[in-house]
Amino acid sequence: MAARLFPRETLKQRCAVAAVVAAAVIGLAPLAGPLGQTAYAAGQAPEERAQPLSDPVLEARALALGRQLRCVVCQNQSIAESNAELAHDLMNEVRSMLRAGKSEAEIIDFLVARYGQFVLFKPPFDGRTLLLWVGPFLLAGVALWGLWAAVRARNRQAGIPPLDEAEKARADALLADEPLRKDLR
Amino acid sequence: MWAEWGQFLLALAVAVAGLQALFGLVGAARHRLAWMVAARRAAVAQMVLLLTAFATLIGRFLASDFSVALVAKNSSTLTPWYYQITATWGNHEGSMLMWALALSGWTAAVAWRSDSLTEAMRARVVGILGAVSTGFLLFLTLTSNPFARLVPAPGQGRDLNPLLQDPGMIIHPPLLYMGYVGTAVVFAFALAALITGRMDAAWSRWARPWGLAAWVFLTLGIMVGSWWAYYELGWGGWWFWDPVENASFIPWLVLTAFIHSIIVTEKRGAFRAWTVLLAIAAFSLSLLGTFLVRSGVITSVHAFASDPARGLFILGLLAVTVGVSLLLFAWRAPMLAGGGAFAWFARETTLLINNILMSVAAAAILLGTVYPLLLDALRLGKLSVGEPYFVAVFVPLMTPAVLFMAIAPFLRWKQDEWSRLARRIVGDLAVTMGAAVLLLWWLDHLTLRAWLGMWLTLWVAVGSFRLLAERLGNRMEGQSAIERLVRIPGSWWGMWLAHLGVGAFIMGATLLGAFEARLDVKMAPGQTAELSGYLFRFLGVQEVPGPNYTAMRGTVEVRQGDRLVAVLTPEKRSYHFSAMLMTEAAVATTLWRDLYVSLGDRVDGDEWVVMLFYKPMVLFLWLGPLLMAIAGVTAALDRRYRRTQAAAMPTVALAARG
Amino acid sequence: MRWKYGLPLIVFAGLVLLFAFGFRLDPREVPSPLIGKAAPLFSLPRFVDPQSQAGPQTWQGAPYLLNVWATWCVSCRQEHAYLLQLKAQGVRIIGFNYKEVRGDAQLDARQMTVQAETEFAWQRIGEWLRDGGNPYADLVVDLTGRTAIDYGVYGTPETFFIDGAGVIRYKHIGPITRELWEKSLRAKWQALQGGQ
Repeated sequence: MAARLFPRETLKQRCAVAAVVAAAVIGLAPLAGPLGQTAYAAGQAPEERAQPLSDPVLEARALALGRQLRCVVCQNQSIAESNAELAHDLMNEVRSMLRAGKSEAEIIDFLVARYGQFVLFKPPFDGRTLLLWVGPFLLAGVALWGLWAAVRARNRQAGIPPLDEAEKARADALLADEPLRKDLR
Repeated sequence: MWAEWGQFLLALAVAVAGLQALFGLVGAARHRLAWMVAARRAAVAQMVLLLTAFATLIGRFLASDFSVALVAKNSSTLTPWYYQITATWGNHEGSMLMWALALSGWTAAVAWRSDSLTEAMRARVVGILGAVSTGFLLFLTLTSNPFARLVPAPGQGRDLNPLLQDPGMIIHPPLLYMGYVGTAVVFAFALAALITGRMDAAWSRWARPWGLAAWVFLTLGIMVGSWWAYYELGWGGWWFWDPVENASFIPWLVLTAFIHSIIVTEKRGAFRAWTVLLAIAAFSLSLLGTFLVRSGVITSVHAFASDPARGLFILGLLAVTVGVSLLLFAWRAPMLAGGGAFAWFARETTLLINNILMSVAAAAILLGTVYPLLLDALRLGKLSVGEPYFVAVFVPLMTPAVLFMAIAPFLRWKQDEWSRLARRIVGDLAVTMGAAVLLLWWLDHLTLRAWLGMWLTLWVAVGSFRLLAERLGNRMEGQSAIERLVRIPGSWWGMWLAHLGVGAFIMGATLLGAFEARLDVKMAPGQTAELSGYLFRFLGVQEVPGPNYTAMRGTVEVRQGDRLVAVLTPEKRSYHFSAMLMTEAAVATTLWRDLYVSLGDRVDGDEWVVMLFYKPMVLFLWLGPLLMAIAGVTAALDRRYRRTQAAAMPTVALAARG
Repeated sequence: MRWKYGLPLIVFAGLVLLFAFGFRLDPREVPSPLIGKAAPLFSLPRFVDPQSQAGPQTWQGAPYLLNVWATWCVSCRQEHAYLLQLKAQGVRIIGFNYKEVRGDAQLDARQMTVQAETEFAWQRIGEWLRDGGNPYADLVVDLTGRTAIDYGVYGTPETFFIDGAGVIRYKHIGPITRELWEKSLRAKWQALQGGQ
């Protein structure tokens, strides 16, 4: 079952998939013609909507990158997932940049330079976002410290005497809402 | 004529709600039995009025009465009848009416089912709920009238948003609203406790089942929403940390903390201020969620058409309702302090840590959701806060909570000894950590994220089964394991199943995230592509008409080896009344995996971009919450909540001392 | 420690204030990171002579408004009339036509050849200018939208305020109306003149 679920030979399978798709594409390449390129460089080919790349590894990188980038005209979707015009345009831009050999960081910088920080789903860590990133943990720390202080104060007031084994077992049973065993009654 | 009748009913409902509030609160304060009974009757009357109004609205939709503005904007003669009904709540006004109806339903249920409550307590709760209803109904009638007319009436409506024309849309909002509104009940109980200054174990026994009921609805509502997004939005994502999703998750976290905190209040009389605050917070955050979706202050795929006038009214409603309750809290809560002391290593401590962690997690998600607004308001620029932030904050906060989830049930109340459990806990930690490493290494996917998820899953599983074994082991002489099993109370089963549900969910999320695969590929008819051991053959696309759309339907055969596993038919639908092109994914589900296919764009003639997904363990994402919901019902039906008032008296006296 | 019970109320009050303030803001507006930077250079075909090209290097020397528009954009229609008035007042407006064919939701441009697309775009723009008047000192056409990405364009209409040195000083999102011009934009235009 596990072998069906999670193929052990994932690397081999990935290579197999890549080979199959590459073969299909190479086989069809003469028909594809200018479809391999995106239309923007020289305006040669008819308009293309979101065109996945023929190289599956590059396409996977494009999708992964696309998922980190916000579609600025949509409400809360990434450019990889959105159907908006701009999202398609930007995804194609990402794809052509990856094909040109640019790195993920360069592509992100490219888009941030044009659309601003807003295009990133992950907020940067700077002076403005200090509260955002640190706040929750600070709050948790303060609250847990408060807990510690409160428990300590309570204990100093109350002075709880420890129970012995029989009393403990009896208490457990009572609290668990069960009938008492004979030996505990 | 019917629309005017509906408006009349709403106006009447406002008046009745107002009287309900008046009679309930004043009657309880002045000990006037007649008034208190009147409040109860008013609650039932309000429900009847709103039910009739809602039915009237549905009637207008089914009749395609386009003289009613709402029907004209959200329906058409070509819309299938079941979506015409759904269209009733697929918009702002109709969903607000549903909100009000749900509130009146819960109120009537409390009025009817609370014979074990004192008359005064019941009247107060009903009165407070009446006050909330009044506010809501005023909002409805003054700014969001569902029965507003459109003159002249158009000949055809604009049809329901295609995204909403889906089975998931039929049940998601009702469930979610029942959950949101259900928090109002524990809110009312909490305020009643603050007003009277009395909050004993009896109060806890009354309040807890209502809290559990609301929690069950909220859990199911969120789950169905997530499931709907998964198959409807076309790429198999199931949670986006979208502001509106967060708006439902935040109250859920707080409500979960509440149902844990109230255990301590019930059993030990401690954490009363916490429990009250959590109840107030749960409802406040539900209201806040309502505000966020409708005000236009935050962008989201879910947002209704925003209208600042409405937003301002809801904000006012929010400010008054929550402001008054928090003021009451600040003033009266010190009276609730105290309760049993407890040592460091005791069940109370773990539950308090749980309170803290869940509240901080809720606060963190709220912070992330409103942070863009905060920065914009302070003129510090425009940022977006998305998944990476929420995951980075939520996971570290909740991991300790999950750890404690499997430790706390073993601990004694008030005081326990570390030595008693130390060896076992440390042993279990080591074993589960190690097993997770081995398992993932064998599956060829050892990453930190996957390991954390698998470790927590194994931890929960081991802890749960140990707990059950321990429970079955504490037998009386002559009692068989089966007899023992049957005697376990509902609330214990609830805890056990719910925790197991959490584990199942974590397992699903982890394995899905680690092993899912996606392939976007251009395919012509007859071509195949392989993904994760499955062979997908594309058979082309045909045009298929629908009632209010035209679909391009693709056919994809999926094989594993020689066996035909599924035939999937993804569609791209063009709805007649909107420019939207809807992607309808096709999914083949089994317990262990989903095969998910979605049509992209047409490339050239017959060639289409096809998106193939392999998604293992997706079903567990839904099974986990489903298990939690069943658990909640089991716990709420525990026989001790069904005892009559007479039998409950001695327990009240005893517990009140502790 | 009684004051700690008042904390939730204080936090809540803060939230309400934030939301009340939030009504004045538009969560969909994305500010431009290009402000203060040199306008990205490009060469796009000019409408009056498709064989020749123009870009910021051509228009440098005097300040101008770069107006991003298309005939399929409804708000651009509304803006058009006022742009003519601005031209009459001496404001230099350069037109930047954005995805005239591809951006039109009513058309499916994928089956068109580049030649056909170009002809169709020129035809539509020509009709528009003839019927409504031409407010532009110069007009370039970006059929693919690629150049617009360099300017961070995400919708139409958008107008860039560029000074004589070719530096972007301000980006206005949405149509320019009389109210907006009188209230704030005219001042920004005048500031461009000063910095020459």
